[in-house]
Order: sequence, then C-alpha cells, then structure tokens
Amino acid sequence: MNISLLSVAGYLVGIAALVGLNAVILVWLERKVAGHMQFRLGPMEVGPHGILQTLADGIKLVSKQLVIPDEADKPLFLLAPIVSLVPIFAAMVPLPFSETVQAWELNIGLLLIIALGLLNTLGILLAGWGSNNKYALLGGARAVAQILAYKIPLLICVMTIIMMTGSYSLRDIAIAQQGGWNVLYQPLLFIVYIITVTLETNRSPFDFSEAESELVAGFHTEYSGMGFSLFFLAEYSYMFIAAGLATVLFLGGWQGPWLPGVVWTLIKIYSIIFLMMWFRWTFPRVRIDQMLSFGWKILLPISLVNFIITAGVLAL
Amino acid sequence: MNRAVQPTYTLDKVSEENFALNLGPQHPGTHGVLRVVLHMDGEYILQADPVLGYGHRMQEKIAENMTYPQALPYVCRMDYLGALSYNLAWVLAVEKLCQFEVPERAEKIRVITTELNRISSHLLWWGAFLLDLGGFTPFLQALTDRELILDLLEEVTGSRLTYCYYRFGGLPSDVDDTWFTRVMEFIEGFRLRLPRYHDLVTGNVIFYHRAKDVGVILPFDAAGYGLSGPILRGSGIGFDVRRHEPYSGYERYNFEVPVDETGDCLGRYNVRMMEIEQSLNIVEQAIGSITEGPVRSKVPKLIKPPEGEVAMAVETPRGQLVIYIVSDGTKKPYRVKYRVPSFANLSIFAKLARGQLLADALAILGSMDMVIPEVDR
Amino acid sequence: MMECCYIKDVVKGFLSLFTGMRVTMGNVFTRPATVQWPREAAPLPDRFRGHIMMLANEATGYPKCIACTSCARNCPSQCIIVTGKKPEGEKKKIADRFELDFTKCSLCGLCVEICPVGALDFSRDYALVSYTRDDFNGMNLLQDLGSPF
Repeated sequence: MNISLLSVAGYLVGIAALVGLNAVILVWLERKVAGHMQFRLGPMEVGPHGILQTLADGIKLVSKQLVIPDEADKPLFLLAPIVSLVPIFAAMVPLPFSETVQAWELNIGLLLIIALGLLNTLGILLAGWGSNNKYALLGGARAVAQILAYKIPLLICVMTIIMMTGSYSLRDIAIAQQGGWNVLYQPLLFIVYIITVTLETNRSPFDFSEAESELVAGFHTEYSGMGFSLFFLAEYSYMFIAAGLATVLFLGGWQGPWLPGVVWTLIKIYSIIFLMMWFRWTFPRVRIDQMLSFGWKILLPISLVNFIITAGVLAL
Repeated sequence: MNRAVQPTYTLDKVSEENFALNLGPQHPGTHGVLRVVLHMDGEYILQADPVLGYGHRMQEKIAENMTYPQALPYVCRMDYLGALSYNLAWVLAVEKLCQFEVPERAEKIRVITTELNRISSHLLWWGAFLLDLGGFTPFLQALTDRELILDLLEEVTGSRLTYCYYRFGGLPSDVDDTWFTRVMEFIEGFRLRLPRYHDLVTGNVIFYHRAKDVGVILPFDAAGYGLSGPILRGSGIGFDVRRHEPYSGYERYNFEVPVDETGDCLGRYNVRMMEIEQSLNIVEQAIGSITEGPVRSKVPKLIKPPEGEVAMAVETPRGQLVIYIVSDGTKKPYRVKYRVPSFANLSIFAKLARGQLLADALAILGSMDMVIPEVDR
Repeated sequence: MMECCYIKDVVKGFLSLFTGMRVTMGNVFTRPATVQWPREAAPLPDRFRGHIMMLANEATGYPKCIACTSCARNCPSQCIIVTGKKPEGEKKKIADRFELDFTKCSLCGLCVEICPVGALDFSRDYALVSYTRDDFNGMNLLQDLGSPF
C-alpha cells in the first residue's frame, strides 16, 4: 500500500511537471506554427529559434501587477483561474501513456475525464461574471451556451467507443485496439470527435468566448499577469488531455512499431494538437448561433446515426 | 439557411435586462477611433449610436491657413490607406481652378500609382475584414503582397504610406523605365497568387455563412443615404466616378465596373475582389501605352488661383471623395470642404446594426471598409 | 429532395475547409518574408525620405544655402529656422544657422523642391533613436560642414 501511494505521489509530481513542460512547449509550438503559416518566422531571438521565449514570457507575466477591478467580485475573480486549472491535474491521472505508465488505473477513467472537462467552463463563467465587465460577461455566457450544445455529441461519440470495447477504462480501450485502430472502423466519429474537442477547448474556429476582435478579450479581459497565464496554462493542458483522449479512443494509444509506447503516445498527441493549431490559423470564427445550429442539426444527427449503425453491426 | 429578410428586434420585444455596451474608441474591431454606443439585449443589438469626433484634426480649418502647395501633406494624412487618391483630388481640383495642363506621361503615371494604391488599400481591407471575423492568417498573407506594392511605390515616391507625390502640373520627378518592368512583373506574380486568396477565404464555408445575408443594404437605402464606392456597387447600383465623371484620362482605359446585386457583406466582398482585378487591368493598359515626354508643365511658383469655386470628385478606394475649394484670389484658399466617403457610409450603420448579433455588426463594419480619421477629418 | 440538397451543402462546405487548410500548409513550405533586423536590413531605395540634409558646395565645403528662407516660408509645419550673413568677399549670403525641428516635419519635400540652389536633399537615415527630445527638436544641419564664420 505504501509503495502504491508512493508511486501515485510520484506520478502526481510527474503530472505537474508534464503540465508545466507541456505549456512551455505548446506556447512555443503555437507561435512557430502560426509564424510559418503566415510567411514569417515566429520567435527567433531568445534562445536558438526562440525556444526560451516561453520562459521569458513566463517571467514577464509573473512580474506583472495583479490588477483587480474596482467593483469586481473579488473571491470569484481570484477563484476563476484556479477552478480552470486544478481539475487538469486530476484529469490527467487516468490517462495511459503506455502499457505500464499510468498514474492510476480507474475503471471509469473515461467518465472522469469528461466530467472534469466541464469545470473548465465553470472557470470561464466565474471569470466572466466576476470581472464586472460587460465584454467578459458576454464571453462567459457564450462559453456556457457552447458547452451545453456540445457535450451531447461528445458523449454519444464516446458511448459508441465504449459500446465497441465494453469498458470505461482507458487502458482496456487502448488494449482492445490491438486488432486495428478505432479510427479505421469509425472515421466519421473521429471527425466528429475532433470538431467537438476543438469546441470544448475554446479554440478557433470556435473561440467566441475569447473573441479578440469582438469582445476585446472575452472572459479574460480584466486579467493581467498570473491570472491570464493560468487561463492559458489551463487551455493548453486541456488541449493535451483532449488530444490524449483522442489518441486512446481512436488511435490505439501507445501501439506502434519500434519505438517505446510513451514516445508513440506523445507523437500521436502532438500530431492532434498540431491539427488543432492548423485549424486555428486557417479558419475565421463561426458565429454563435451558427455554431449552435451546427451542433444540434449536424453533429447530433450524425453521431446518433453512427451510434445506431454501430449498435446494429455489433448485434449481428 | 436561406434568409431573405434579416431578423429584426423592434423595441416591442425589449426585456428588462438591456444594457449599454460601449464599443469604445479603443477596440480591436473598429478601424480607428470610432465609438459606437450599443444598446443590447443579450447578444442582439437594439440600437447603435455612433459617436464621432475622437480623431478630429480641423483639417478644413487648417487648409484655410495654408497655401495650396502647403496643404498637400495635410490632404494625404486624412485617409492614409488611399493617400494618393486624396493627393490626386487636391491636385486636380487646383488644376481645374487654375486651368493648368498636365502632360500625358504624368497623367499615365498618376493613374498607375493611384491604381496601385487602390490595390494595396483593398488588400489591407481584405486582411482586416478577416481579422474582424476571426481569421488571423489572411491578414499576413495580404500584407506580404502589399509589401511588394509599397516597395514599388517607395521607389517612385520615397514614402510607403502617406505619399505626397503629385504636384500642380504633373509630378515632381520622373520615373525610370525599369520601374515599369518591375510593376509588370509584380502584376504577373500577383495574378498567379490571387487564386490562393480565393482558396483560403472566398470558398470557405465558415466565411460564407458569416458574410451571406448579413447587413443587406437595399438599393433604395443605398441611394438615399448617399453611399458610394464598393458599398453602393455591392447593392446593385453601378456608379463609379471613374466611369461617370472621368478625370485624368480614365475614359481611355477599358475596364469594367463590378456590380453585385445582393447587397450583403459577401456582395461587397466580391465587388472589392473584382475591383482588384480591374485595377490590375488598368495598370497594364497604362503601362502599355506610356509615352515619353515631360512630367511637369510650367506652373507659376506662387499659385494664386482666380476667384471662384471648384468641386472635384475622385474615386478613392472607399468611395466618392469631393473636394470643394472656394478661392478669393489670394494664395490661401478661402474655404475648403472635403466630402469624404466614409462619413456617408457610416451613416447607414445605425440602421443596419439594429437587430443584429454583435458578431454580425462587426462583420458589417468590416465590410464597409471605413477609415475613421477620414470620417473625423 | 430538401434533405438531399442539405446533405450536399454540408459535404461541399466541409470539403471547402480542406482547400483552406491546404493553402495554409503550403504557406509553411514557402520562404518566409521576414527580414531579421538588425542582422539583415531591407534594401533602401534611392528616393527614400529620411530627414533633410544640407548639401555642401564641392569647391569650398561651405553650405550651399544662401539663406533666402524660401524653405522656411513654404514649410507647412514651420519647422525650419535659417539665418545667414554675407561673408567677406562673397556676393551671396551663406547660412550660419539652419535648424530643423524634426518632431514636426512631415517629410513632404516642399523645402527640397523650392530651394533655388538645390541645397537640400533627403538623407537615408532611418535608425534615429535617442534618449532626449532635444536631439530632434533642433537638428543642426550645418554641423558636419565647413563654415566661413
């Protein structure tokens, strides 16, 4: 028991390190990808090819003054970034990186991750309300409408995979794909999942809650310094978790030739994250009512029909 | 999603939770220092009141204290994106008043530089419109091509944005023949890159649904509010000053005036993209027919126009600019009036924004392509 | 029928997304347009408008300016101050003070054009930076030239 507690504590430290390292890498990767897709180079000054740029930005953000607006709801204002960030650590626990590397094997790991993802939106709503700023309020309200419309296709997606595998545990789902990755059996579902996950993480083309040209900065208008960086940490970590879930559900988890399982998992996760970044720098933003009608009229029917067909095929 | 009529929220449907949102003078979505006070019901706009004057620089009063050549830099700074059109308007107005002749080579070079400026202004509009809609890459793609135009114009005029290039009677200095070769190379390269613009944006389903049926301006309204430029032509009325009141030799060039019947943001977008292509045609024709000769005719050192008034209309990238000068025979004008296109174009925004979502209102502002310093003068 | 068109629209719209993504990916493999200043510098054309500078008479090294004050009178922003005296044995005046208030100059070029002796020209100086405003308030354009006074 002591050893297993020790290993869990070790894994938690590892997860904290992973979250930090992931944010550093992703901020740099995002800026480089953005730069090269826009005929420019991205950060080049700090460190070779700008590798240390995130460090410099982090130092800058930490040293900024924490400005709290006058009539803002102070407890909510300060709590919002924390509410966004803390569930990330818990959500990373059931994620398997390889056959042996997993923080804790939960038999309902999948449900845990999806449920904890909802808390991100709670953080956005708290930030929007607590800022005492109409732009932030609009951003927070939009985020809630977005989540309500997209949890259902996501859950149907995930239920189809569970139905195919027969278990909620992420490790079992990954092992069950040894005969062939799920993306080959369910390509449409993979597309629906990628779209849904781009929505959950408030990434372009669905980033209306932080729409930079309409609502000045959306829900994080009033945040400066560390509060802002915590929101960004939460967003990038949540991208990592969502991509990790996609890897396990559709791309076979850690399976792959020659290289160790952890490396394959990371390769697949970062490929999906690159795909999400590619979306961000290509498409303009979708309007909120169009997004809602897209969710209810297109994604929901597709995922339901897929679910029924899968159920039929499995019954035969 | 075929909607012929946009949804309207009249004040009957007001809820108890309207609030006033200040699309303030500092906002990433308004192009300059425009302030719009929006009364909103959730995401829908009930009423929009633009508040102007944050960039007022008393240009008309300043022009009364400057001699005619001294007013040239001031005129260029009103609309910094289409500065050569303003320059052309001022120079043509004074030449019309004083009956100065302009040599043919100077006219052709004026047309070439003005049309290049128009292309660069439309490119910036394209990027900024998509930035308002939330796509970040098109802005940089447009600016990369715009840099080539700015480099070409810098070789001729010396400046990149606020050119002060035309003088009364022609141009201050001649242009090297190799410059024409470089312009033709640019045009060929740009024609090859233009499909990439359409691939990235025009065919995109997200953009299509953001711009289709948004901000429909009926032709009756367009004529009634005094709109001009691509906004007017996007509503079906094909009025272009270059075609109907030609100046500076435009009657000799063979170009089409693009008109789109739909009147929504997508229509205005299409009109401007087609205008870019037509400008490329005009530049090619002008370079093809360039002649040798002087670039400046003899004008007196001190410009003292005869007493009288003149009104000169010019097609800027934003619409019709009219410069009205009243001269009392001295070296400084008695009164100068600028009728700027963006001011009239802004006047329809309050009507269009009613009942729209905030995102749509910003798309409408973006498609109207206004430069606010021009509105405030 | 309605459903058929609807599905066709959805599929066509979805495929248009891939066209856009192909363009962006193509951009990744294009040479970036960045000029990494200060390690590289973009080429400067000949007619570039830096602040104005005084040209020197080739023979004597004195400023060409004859202090006729045409430039000062023609400047729209009134940023030129010029005075001059007639030195011994010369027919024309030579400037002994020529100050440009660069904080007001709009680089219109009217002074360069109107000068009867062609004493002014644009410089190619663009990397102007300083800690105080006084360096640009009254730029002395005669400081590198010889003077008969």
